[in-house]
Parts: sequence; structure tokens; C-alpha cells
Amino acid sequence: MAVDNLVEVTKLRKEFGGLVATDDVDFVIPRGSIVALIGPNGAGKTTFFNQLTGVYSPTSGSILFDGTEVVHLPPHAITALGVGRTFQNIRLFAQMSAVENVLVGMHCRLQGGIIGSILRTRKVKREEEEARDRARELLTYSGLPRRHDDRAGNLPYGDQRRLEVARALATEPKLLLLDEPTAGMNPQETAEFTAFVRRVRDDKGLTVLLIEHDMKVVMGVSERITVLEYGAKIAEGSPSEIQSDERVIEAYLGRGAAA
Amino acid sequence: MSSLASRAKDLRSSPNKWVAPAVILLGLLYPFLEEPLSTLPLIGDFMPSTGTVVVMIAFTMMAVGLNIVVGYCGLLDLGYVAFYAVGAYTAGWLASQHFEQVTFHFGSSVDNDQVGIHVTMWIVLIAAGLLTMLAGIVIGLPTLRLRGDYLAIVTLGFGEIIPQVVRNGDSFGGFNLTNGTFGIAPIDSVGFPVLSSIAFFPENFQTSDNRERWYYLIAFLLLLFTIFCSVRLRDSRLGRAWIAIREDETAAAAMGVPLMKTKTWAYALGAFFGGVAGAYYASFKSGAFPADFYFNISVFLLCMVILGGMGSIWGVTVGGMILAYLNFSGLSTIGSKIQDAGLNFDPTKYQFGIYGIIIVLMMLFRPTGLIPERRHKVEFEEGVHDTPFYDVQTEGSLTDRDRGND
Repeated sequence: MAVDNLVEVTKLRKEFGGLVATDDVDFVIPRGSIVALIGPNGAGKTTFFNQLTGVYSPTSGSILFDGTEVVHLPPHAITALGVGRTFQNIRLFAQMSAVENVLVGMHCRLQGGIIGSILRTRKVKREEEEARDRARELLTYSGLPRRHDDRAGNLPYGDQRRLEVARALATEPKLLLLDEPTAGMNPQETAEFTAFVRRVRDDKGLTVLLIEHDMKVVMGVSERITVLEYGAKIAEGSPSEIQSDERVIEAYLGRGAAA
Repeated sequence: MSSLASRAKDLRSSPNKWVAPAVILLGLLYPFLEEPLSTLPLIGDFMPSTGTVVVMIAFTMMAVGLNIVVGYCGLLDLGYVAFYAVGAYTAGWLASQHFEQVTFHFGSSVDNDQVGIHVTMWIVLIAAGLLTMLAGIVIGLPTLRLRGDYLAIVTLGFGEIIPQVVRNGDSFGGFNLTNGTFGIAPIDSVGFPVLSSIAFFPENFQTSDNRERWYYLIAFLLLLFTIFCSVRLRDSRLGRAWIAIREDETAAAAMGVPLMKTKTWAYALGAFFGGVAGAYYASFKSGAFPADFYFNISVFLLCMVILGGMGSIWGVTVGGMILAYLNFSGLSTIGSKIQDAGLNFDPTKYQFGIYGIIIVLMMLFRPTGLIPERRHKVEFEEGVHDTPFYDVQTEGSLTDRDRGND
């Protein structure tokens, strides 16, 4: 194979009763790329995400992540393999501080056991201190230089979004899944965020898959775009290909608009 | 920076720098203060005896254990009494004449010709903790997949099953495991069989002149140990994962927290302290009887946690001591005062009604408990959102995550 793919999804299918939310989707994400998943409301994008992260089990099909079959693995195991995610509507641990949120993200990368934690052995103590320092660095890196000890729920909206990304990065992912990361951001924040996504990819050698409605972001940041409609893939290609694809225009704007 | 933050954290975990040491010192001295205190006018009659405080501490220990399950991890457990029972019966099995078909002595102070297994109580306490932990895992593995109300119902079931098993356990295929309704008695005393030969330590607390004081001292140290472990666990990697699960299970799983494993550990560690407390209390009153393990004990312990403040170790300790005091001494003292005043009213008859009123009043005026946990306080004020995770019912429809925005 010419391209090294981090994710290979084959014939993925998810049915909720009679509703086919994911309709035999084939999908690849080349390593190191930024890929966008777009589609009209209800197209099944988040459902697709949830299968990738183990929240839902697919009805059939296969998801190979870095050569490992992840279908039927529980979410935490998939996270441990290297899939980090954010949520469409922010799901931070609102009562925990920003640092603690990031520390929870590090959970599967830390070792501190029960006996060690109770005795507070030197090893556990050092690990905790290093983790805290790393968490603060990560927060600063993600655009949160201050308010590290504030309750996450008290942070302003934009900072909560950044904190979600920091928390996802704390899991040390190979693949970062962003579910509408710029929803609710103003144009300036959106532009900053777009630049940030590119920077994270370059700094950490990540692969990014994002769901996004803001076409400016999608066209600006992604190298490949996949379009879903009614659970099925209707188009795939570079931003310029997608922009001129008749089926995509039809899906978004209705029949006749393409003419 | 980080040392400052950790110091700030230490300060938070105790209400004030000097309060904890002062309380510990007072606590240690209570057996000696009890006599002068009880001669005080007005409040003297309300001072609990040292023996009563031993019982209060045993129950508070269980409440602090339950707090790990309910307060930290947010798992409503209505069957905690099962762990108390396992602990008490472990003491019965390992330190009494119950198994008369064998004679095994290990470090115990009882006469060598006594039949039955007699292991020193120090090992029994640890064994009781570990066995109860195992019981917690066995009960937890099938039930912890459930959420919220469903978990509460199943734990309620286990809380009912265990006393029934104990009550009817005098013939498991002819084998007498629990001695049925009679229970196991007497259970060996705690003591210092080795130290007693070189110092003033008694070989056997039950027969020593200072029975209650010795039991008090060890109970107090056990409670301190429980609190210490609770604090350390809360501030650990595991403790963070528990609180994350309490806050948002779905997000916690997505951040790499293994839900089953983490919840099972909460259950197991909560059970551990319940087991130790149960075994110690069984030794103090020298017996384990099925009538001790009713459902109302589970509710009683849960009331302690709620009164004190879910998730707050110091709150639960205070709440536990208050309710246990009322239950084992306070209400009857108040009752006798009322009788003295010529009124025919006995508050001990209405004890659970009174606890119920206390809980209702707490929920109305101070829902976060006497000493609220820092986090929970805000949670109650602002509410918390959590959508079900592996939930078949909502899987068919769209969850709120998908609705409208997909």
C-alpha cells in the first residue's frame, strides 16, 4: 500500500432499530493527515465518532486502528491505544479543576497503584508531581496560560473548549477526534483554533479527524474531506474536489442548486 | 508552584491547621476525660460512656468506608450492611470456638486447650478486611454495570440476601457455617499476647481492668487509619478517576478510565473498611448475630454520609459520630430527661423517625451536609448533567449529544 493509513474502516454499519445510522461506510485516515467529516444534520457523523471511540458497538464491519481491530473494545481500551476525543457539547468534569481534568486524561498513562498512593511512596509522589507539571504545560500549550486551579465549570466557554482539547491531548493520542470544536466560537477564536489544530498536528505528529460545520474551517484546515448523508458516504476527496462535487452540493443545498 | 498547590490541598482536606491535631488529642484523652466531664452540670449526663464511643467509632468507620463508594464514586449502595456482616462473621470463624472440629491456635491469648480456630485478632482484622474486599468484588462485578437506581435496587437485594444466608447458614449440606439464629459467640478478645510479658499491655482486653479504654484506644487508631487511607486515596490517581466517574461516566471512559475496574475498586476498598470495623465490633461485643445485620443499618450508615456531606471525609466522620451518638446513647438520655420532666414520651421508640426528620431538614437547609465536600457544594447548587452511557433505552433514539446538531 502506498499510503500508510492510521485508521481503516471497512463496511461499517450501525442500525438503531430500523434506522441505519451508518450505512456500510468505508473510510481511511492516512497517518499524519487532517481529515474532516461533514454532512447535513442527522447524517450520522457523531454516531460514526462514537463507534470509533467504542461508545457504540457497530452492527457489522471492522475498524482497524494502527493495525488493531477495535470493534467491541471498551472505550478506555481504545483510548489507551491512542484515540483521544472531545465532545460536541462540552463534557468536562465541571467540579474538578482544569489541572485535575487534564490529570484524568493522563489516567491510562500513569501507574500509581493503590498501596503506593496510600503510602505515598517516592515513586508515586514523583509521578504525581511530574504529571501535574506536565498538565500545566499542556494547558499553557493549549492556550490556557492561567486559571489552572479554577473549577472547569467556571471557565469561559472558549477556555472550556481549549481545556477539552488539552484533556484529550493528555491521553497521548495518535488520533485526535474533534467533534465540532469551533461551535460557538467567534471568527477570531475560530481562526486561532484552526491554526492551533495545524500546530498540534505538526508538533506532536498527530492525525486529526474533525467533524465541523464551519466550511471556512473545513476548507482551510483539512487535507481530505469525507461527506456523509443519511449514514452513507456520498463523496470523498480534497477540499477543491468536494467543493465542486454535485452530490455534495445537492445534499447541502437541494436538487437544482448544482445546475 | 506544585508544592504550594499540594500544601493548599492539605489545608483543604482538614478544616483548619490546628483543628485536626486538637481533635485527635482530645479523642485520645476522652477515656480519661469522661469521668470529670460526666460530673459537669447540665451536659454531664449527655456524655457517652467510653464503651458507647467504641461502638460509635465502629459505625463511623463503616460510614467513612461507605463514603468511598457513595461519596467519591457516586454509586448508591443500599446494602453496605452485607460488608459489616462478612467482617463480623470472619471474626467469628477465625477467633472463636465455632469450628469445634478443629483446634488451631495462632498468636491468640486464649487457652491452648480450647477447640476451634483462634487466630490473633490483629490478623483477623486484616483477614476480615481482605475477605470483605473479596465479597465486595464478587458482589460488584455483576452489579456495577448498572447505573443509579438499578444499582441501588440490586445492592439492596444483596443487603437482604446476606443476613438471610447468615440466619439460615447452620446447615450448608450439613456444615454449620454461621450457627443460624444463635450467631457465633463468644468471639475472642483483642489483646497483646506477646507484648504483655514485657510491659503493661494487657494480654486480653475483655478480661483486663481497662477493657473499654483499651478497646477505645485501638478503635480510635483504626478510625484514624481509615480516614488517613481515605484522604490519600481521594488525592490519588484512583481517587481522581472515581470523582470523574461521579461527574460524567461517558467522558471518564473516553479519557481512558476503565469504568468497571475503577468502580469495583471503589466497592472493594469501601468494603475493606466495613469489614475491619465489623470484625472489631464483633470482638468488642464478643459475638456476631444475624439480628445485627438488618437493612436499617445500611440506611443508618447512608444517613451518616448524607448528614456529614457526601464525599467529605471530615463531614462523614462528624455526621457518623453524631448519628451514632444519638442512636446508642443520646436519645435514651434525652428520653430519661423527658421522663424526669413528667412527660410520657420515649424518643428511642421513634429513632428512625427522628433520623428521617434530620435528613429531611438537612436536605431543606443544608443539602451538601454539615461539612460539605468542596466539589459537591457547587454541584448541588448548579446541578450536574449526565446522560446514560451503555443504556439500551436511549441507544435506539438519539442521545442529547446527537440531537439536532449532527
